[in-house]
Amino acid sequence: MKSFTFRIGGVHPDENKITAEIPTKEAELPKQAIFPLSQHIGAPAKPVVQKGDKVKVGTLLAEAGGFVSAPIFSSVSGTVAKIDASVDASGYRKPVIIINVEGDEWEEGIDRSDKLEKLSAHPELTPEEIVKRVRDNGIVGMGGACFPTAIKLTPPPTAKAECVIINGVECEPYITSDYRLMMEHPDEILVGVDLLMKAVKVDKGYIGIETNKPKAIELLEEKSKDYPHIQIVPLDKKYPQGGEKQLVDAVIRRQVPAPPAIPVNVGAVVQNVGTAFAVYQAVMKHKPLFERYVTVTGKKLTNPGNFLVRMGTPMSQLINACGGLPEGDNKILAGGPMMGKALPSIEVPIVKGTNSVTVLTDADAHRKEPSPCIRCAKCVSACPMGLEPYLLATLSAHQDWERDEQEDIVSCIECGSCQFTCPAHRPLLDNIRAGKQTVMGIIRERAAKAKAEAEAKKAAEEQKAAK
Amino acid sequence: MANLIVSLSPHAHGTDSVEKNMYGVIIALIPALIVSFLYFGLGSLIVCATSVAACLLFEWAITKYILRRERTTITDGSAIITGLLLSFNLPSNLPIWIILIGALVAIGVGKMTFGGLGNNPFNPALVGRAFLLVSFPVQMTTWPTVGQLGIEGYIDAQTEATPLSVMKTAIKTGDASVLDRLPDSLQMFLGNPDAAYGAGCLGEVCGAALVLGLLFMLWKKIITWHIPVSIVATVFILSGIMHAVNPVYANPVAEILSGGLLLGAIFMATDYVTSPMTAKGQIIYGICIGFLTLMIRDFGAYPEGMSFAILIMNAFTPLINNYCKPKRFGEVTAKN
Amino acid sequence: MDFLITPVIILGAIGLIAAVVLFACSKKFAVKEDPRLPLINEALPQANCGGCGFPGCSGFASACIKAAESGSLDGLNCSVGGPKAMGQIADILGLSVAASTPKVAVVRCNGSCANRPKIAKYDGLQTCRTVNSCGAGETACGFGCLGCGDCVAACKFDAIHINPETGLPEMDENKCVACGACVKACPRNIIELRPQGIKGRRVWVSCVNKEKGPAVLKACKVSCIACGACVKACKFDAITVENNVAYIDAEKCKLCRACEAVCPRDAIRDINFPKPVEKKKPGAEKPATPAKPAAENAPKETINTNSTSVDAKTETPKNDAVAEKPIELKKEA
Repeated sequence: MKSFTFRIGGVHPDENKITAEIPTKEAELPKQAIFPLSQHIGAPAKPVVQKGDKVKVGTLLAEAGGFVSAPIFSSVSGTVAKIDASVDASGYRKPVIIINVEGDEWEEGIDRSDKLEKLSAHPELTPEEIVKRVRDNGIVGMGGACFPTAIKLTPPPTAKAECVIINGVECEPYITSDYRLMMEHPDEILVGVDLLMKAVKVDKGYIGIETNKPKAIELLEEKSKDYPHIQIVPLDKKYPQGGEKQLVDAVIRRQVPAPPAIPVNVGAVVQNVGTAFAVYQAVMKHKPLFERYVTVTGKKLTNPGNFLVRMGTPMSQLINACGGLPEGDNKILAGGPMMGKALPSIEVPIVKGTNSVTVLTDADAHRKEPSPCIRCAKCVSACPMGLEPYLLATLSAHQDWERDEQEDIVSCIECGSCQFTCPAHRPLLDNIRAGKQTVMGIIRERAAKAKAEAEAKKAAEEQKAAK
Repeated sequence: MANLIVSLSPHAHGTDSVEKNMYGVIIALIPALIVSFLYFGLGSLIVCATSVAACLLFEWAITKYILRRERTTITDGSAIITGLLLSFNLPSNLPIWIILIGALVAIGVGKMTFGGLGNNPFNPALVGRAFLLVSFPVQMTTWPTVGQLGIEGYIDAQTEATPLSVMKTAIKTGDASVLDRLPDSLQMFLGNPDAAYGAGCLGEVCGAALVLGLLFMLWKKIITWHIPVSIVATVFILSGIMHAVNPVYANPVAEILSGGLLLGAIFMATDYVTSPMTAKGQIIYGICIGFLTLMIRDFGAYPEGMSFAILIMNAFTPLINNYCKPKRFGEVTAKN
Repeated sequence: MDFLITPVIILGAIGLIAAVVLFACSKKFAVKEDPRLPLINEALPQANCGGCGFPGCSGFASACIKAAESGSLDGLNCSVGGPKAMGQIADILGLSVAASTPKVAVVRCNGSCANRPKIAKYDGLQTCRTVNSCGAGETACGFGCLGCGDCVAACKFDAIHINPETGLPEMDENKCVACGACVKACPRNIIELRPQGIKGRRVWVSCVNKEKGPAVLKACKVSCIACGACVKACKFDAITVENNVAYIDAEKCKLCRACEAVCPRDAIRDINFPKPVEKKKPGAEKPATPAKPAAENAPKETINTNSTSVDAKTETPKNDAVAEKPIELKKEA
């Protein structure tokens, strides 16, 4: 089997996919579901329900709060208890809608049957219609970034999409939710890919899967025989292959230029397998995005597993379903150990982008003691973006933002390969991330200033002309 | 419930560590060390042990009493490497007090004045060696003949010219026939103790043992191929041209196998701290070292130029780092 | 003698030629400098702290000269040199300078380890900037001091230090020159430059938590819950509550400390007053929660908020109850 990979850098973390062969179970309904209004990149959603309102599964709770935004739907039936603030993954309190769960009553429009609807049977689905349904059903990128999918499906007029690339890589250690999805719903995913391709008006689709998932590759290759324009691309196991830019490079050998360029500038629209599945359900089954596959995993958990979880379920419930928190020092991650976010509380709800709850215990939970940089350049060779992490980290620590910018700090994708590989255990990414945020702030400020100046100049000229 | 731990990603860490890399280099030095014991016997043992012990002692004393740091760094292995490399660059009959001075300069001046591991601009072992070479030229340039294993090999050794001094004589006299006295290449590579002119510093008599160390380090991914290969290739090509033009200059294989070239190319030029960070930079660095070595050997005052070439290029490393950037992601498409 | 004369002549000639070249160059390439520039530079403290917003003292001096052309030094202030330096500069430039009130940095957080329980443990690079980007940090308060000392590192005058007991930065008033470096360094905008006040007396709200009452109540024992008691108590309209946190306008504040006396959370702090404020007042008005006499007898010059707040906490087991009570109190007042 010929396999591909991206061309610069990369590391090989231990897989630890302990839940790979555990079939997905439906998680229990929570007693109280919490829906943060900001589950996506962009403006927070605006609530359309009030305290005391009765809602059903699939009822709209909050509408999109702007162009880059997504609506939020209830995953449970019950009564709106309050619209309040609650701790989110960052530890800050953010606005949420809290619903007390009563029974499990679904909205009528949702098709709950298992019947596979193929695109060929639905000629009424124009690209515009597909994008509309994707937008109306609150679909966002399910890989973790949570960018509203509808926007990705309407690329800017300056760029032309040539293919759809589906991310079935799952290069993060521990996580297996995408793998289970591919094993359990391959047909739906393929229809979803079909829909995505139609939505962006291209006739080529790729599904990239790493070779550490041979069963998924085999199964999808078998199933995709009916879809001649969808190609399964086996990829070498290497982190961060699931990064959008790395995946495009691995699959179609094109490198996305430095920011602000996005994959569609080189003709690729990248979507996660989870998104493809959600798109299928939204378009064909009228089912809004309110449940997702979540891996709950950790070496010390007694019963790790994969779950189909209603959003808003607190993580504590899932962890308890897996045998509770282990003894000792724990670090709870929303996501995998490479890019996941450490949570200060386990009462945080599952949201659209939560692909995994990873529990690291004791030694795994702690950082190693840093020692001085020995300039071994291993971070340079590990960086998938061709940057020099040792230099960026030092410059950021010295607050030399100007040189940070010259050294392309904004290209950093924060994948953590540098810090993973550093033999001196230096907090490289901690420093780089702080530098990147500052430099991006400086760039934004400068752009705003330039814009204001240009406008002032224009206004002055107009005034002159008017005189 | 105990408080949860929070930190920024990544939360996973590789198994690599500074110690692993340093002890990997030490393991890679073992074949050459064994060969030096076999060829120089007790003298080699005394020089090596003194050098390593002195380097460790000075590092410990300086961190503890001058820098007043809480944690000493002698366990990370870097001082052992400095000690070993320094001894590999010394003749096997060097008096202990000279070795102590060398170790003090190597660790004290070459490393700790700049803040210890990771901050030194020059390779500490080479700083020590260069200091000794300039300060004690006689002791540093008389090499005992291989095979004197007993104590007499240390106290009152028979000395002999090295292949490099043979080459230098050939150039000085302009008589190419002098070069016939060189041992053949295979003997130089394996370091046959019976060969004529088999003398030299501790670590440089057997190319094969050094190459074994290189293979180990490449296998363990401690270093990359760029620096050693570019140095050797440059020397090979350049000396090949010179040999072809004027046979007074030794043949390229002899140039590579003689003196400290392999030792320097494999173990000293590749020192993490003082070598460039990117592959492109490392190749430029290697080419320059190869060029400078040959220039010093053939046109300079000293028969061997490896250590000076590396020190000179160490000084250029920050500049190389500044100009040789890795290929950024996206540049490929930008060009198309 | 020949052997001496030749080198003397040669060296002399070289020296002469070099002198001529140097002289020519110094005339030809002389940079025209305003004669006032060195004078102003002399008047400046030469700390090069950048607190004025210019790159170093000479940058500030050039800016002063530039500003003098337009006839006013408005907007230019060297906080390190203070009114004295500015007065000298004004004299040099033949201008008058409006007296600016000397300022000093204050830390608006009192969330010491005892007041603000930890809910998580941070493991990573110990700078406030990094911890801040990690989220709320180790405590439930997402606004309070992170205690890693970015402000300490930023201070060029050795005026700010982390108190190891409280984990909070403390200002050395005598050394603080109000350059504002710590204000910029703090990722949570906790440090504020406030007027020094008469005899160095200042009153300020030592909390910046913008959350609503109940959440703040849980996060920290000395947090501002925006109950508005201080607003009512203030006779000079100096206090406003915005974004769920009170703020005292130093311009209007008359240092009567009425606000401090009524604050149910001890979130208002004072400094350099001879006696601690009479905390009896809330107790007298609100018999339901007896005030602790221990607090007012506190021997320290500045009010030690820790002790009082611990007591306040123990009286009221339920947080929600606390939230209601101050509001009742406000009505009474």
